[in-house]
Amino acid sequence: MKRQLPLAMVFIFGFLMIIQYFIPHEYSEWVNAFLMDWMMIIGVFALALGLWSLTRVSWDKVRQKKPNWGYSIVTLAGLFLMMFFGFDYFRHFSTAVGSDNYMYIHFYRHIVIPIQATMFSLLAFFIASAAYRAFRARSLLATLLLVAALVIMLRFNPFLGPLQPIMEEFSVWLLNVPNLAAKRAIVIGVGLGMVATALKVILGIERAYLGKD
Amino acid sequence: MRLKLLFLSCLLLIFICTSAFTQDEAVVADSLETTAETISPAPATSLTAIDKPDDHGHGIDLSWELSADDGGGLMSVMGYMIYRATSPDGSYEARSGLLLNVTAYSDVGAMNEGENDYMPDYTDYYYKVRALTTDSAVFADSEILGPVQSFGQWFNWKRLSVLLLVAGFLFLTVYFIQKAKGGAKLFVRRLAGIEAVDEAIGRATEMGKPILYVLGLGTAADIATIASYTILSRVAKKVAEYQTGLIVPCYDPIVMAIAQETVKTSYMNAGRADAYNEDMVYFVTNQQFAYVAGVNGVMLRDRPATNIYMGKFYAESLILAETGVAAGSIQIAGTDEISQIPFFVVACDYTLIGEELYAASAYLGKEPLLLGSLKAQDYAKACLIFLAIIGFITLMFGYHGIVDFFHVAG
Repeated sequence: MKRQLPLAMVFIFGFLMIIQYFIPHEYSEWVNAFLMDWMMIIGVFALALGLWSLTRVSWDKVRQKKPNWGYSIVTLAGLFLMMFFGFDYFRHFSTAVGSDNYMYIHFYRHIVIPIQATMFSLLAFFIASAAYRAFRARSLLATLLLVAALVIMLRFNPFLGPLQPIMEEFSVWLLNVPNLAAKRAIVIGVGLGMVATALKVILGIERAYLGKD
Repeated sequence: MRLKLLFLSCLLLIFICTSAFTQDEAVVADSLETTAETISPAPATSLTAIDKPDDHGHGIDLSWELSADDGGGLMSVMGYMIYRATSPDGSYEARSGLLLNVTAYSDVGAMNEGENDYMPDYTDYYYKVRALTTDSAVFADSEILGPVQSFGQWFNWKRLSVLLLVAGFLFLTVYFIQKAKGGAKLFVRRLAGIEAVDEAIGRATEMGKPILYVLGLGTAADIATIASYTILSRVAKKVAEYQTGLIVPCYDPIVMAIAQETVKTSYMNAGRADAYNEDMVYFVTNQQFAYVAGVNGVMLRDRPATNIYMGKFYAESLILAETGVAAGSIQIAGTDEISQIPFFVVACDYTLIGEELYAASAYLGKEPLLLGSLKAQDYAKACLIFLAIIGFITLMFGYHGIVDFFHVAG
């Protein structure tokens, strides 16, 4: 029963969602909205599980003085401070008043957002280092990659003179013909793979997500 | 002298003619304006109204022919507005803004009672189209059309092609599963990325360092994440057998709960339930770059021997993979996000491209049920290529039927 019930539920709800896609009637839309609401409700409960996991892992590190346990203090402090301000100093738990709390907004705007922007900006440097490795012409394929990249980059070079329109045309061809063809091939494969995996899950063939072999 | 006189006369003639024509145009324009201000334009004609097809109800499609004075005649019509009432003599309310140069409109209302603009189904509606001029007092109404009712449909015919393709694919899957069950040997090409997993776990064991498994930023409902669980299950089993460490930081709490269950079962299957620790799989945050910072921190502090990225990845893919390179880890990645594949190809040692991520479960299990579905995918791909070629050829001959049939709109 413990094994069969989840599989039966997956089959019923999976099949229901497939049928729902082909039925535009408002009853069908209601079923869809109802199930989506349930997903959100489950998500909220799971968030509590996530918070518990984060707190336990961080607290264990602090308690046992594991290497780098100081970072865990920062994590816990950040978590509980934002909760403290977010719930308006633990005065309002059931309303959204906390999101207007001055300290909450202050921390979010002046700490969270700049730190996130900093992380994102690292991408520029990582692209440069990755490109350096990728463009070393060690093999035929790497050389082709290097040439293609050069053509695309030269497209925007204003000092090419009469060569500029040729580069422009060639780079557009590279992007719209071989590149797009390869992309579409991958997209078709991904689409079919997704359908196949979804069918395997609904039919109970694929069970790893249930913790089964 | 005679020639000069002739030339001057010609110039004078041209000047007079030009002035006369200019005057005529002005007079015509003036007369048109006067007419438009005083004479009502011709109304829109041939008004039709039907229930909006393939929808949830609460919508009616209207079409009409342009007024004779729109683009011709008096040239006085500047646009149209749709009016609706629930009885022919009732009060008509405007259902659209000013519609310019169109001959069709969908009147769609809200679905739920109590909402603004609620439009109940199975109610008689009457429509008229008003042709408007620049003077708000001068307009012409079409004939009143009705009654017409809206209602929801039980099948979206625009998605018939999708249904047929899914049914065909299901048939292929079942057929190949049965064939595989019957003992037929199905060839599956080598997936270097998956084969490298065992080697990478062995390396981690030799180095005495843990393995980092990242499930990506997808939710538990994403197919890529579901495919990733299968690979995690295999990795966790090997890790348990080799008694190596495993770290699985999660972005989504539901993903975390499922991953915990997956890893726990793998440890039990490997006969090492005692070695399972719930803290191997933990929640970090569901903020994209905060999560990246957390995972990068693990890479740089714990220096895992192997990093495995399987699932859905976005802008963080390269930040993670490049940090892994800096930490000196072997890296295996797989994602169905097209835009992230090049980043993983560049920064990782092995990459599962697109559908290879989904094929991994069949490749790992070698079970007939899973291999059958993989074979069905290949045949479905061949069918799609064939259909694409047919569509291409028919388009060349000016026939759009096949392409239109497979075009899913809405």
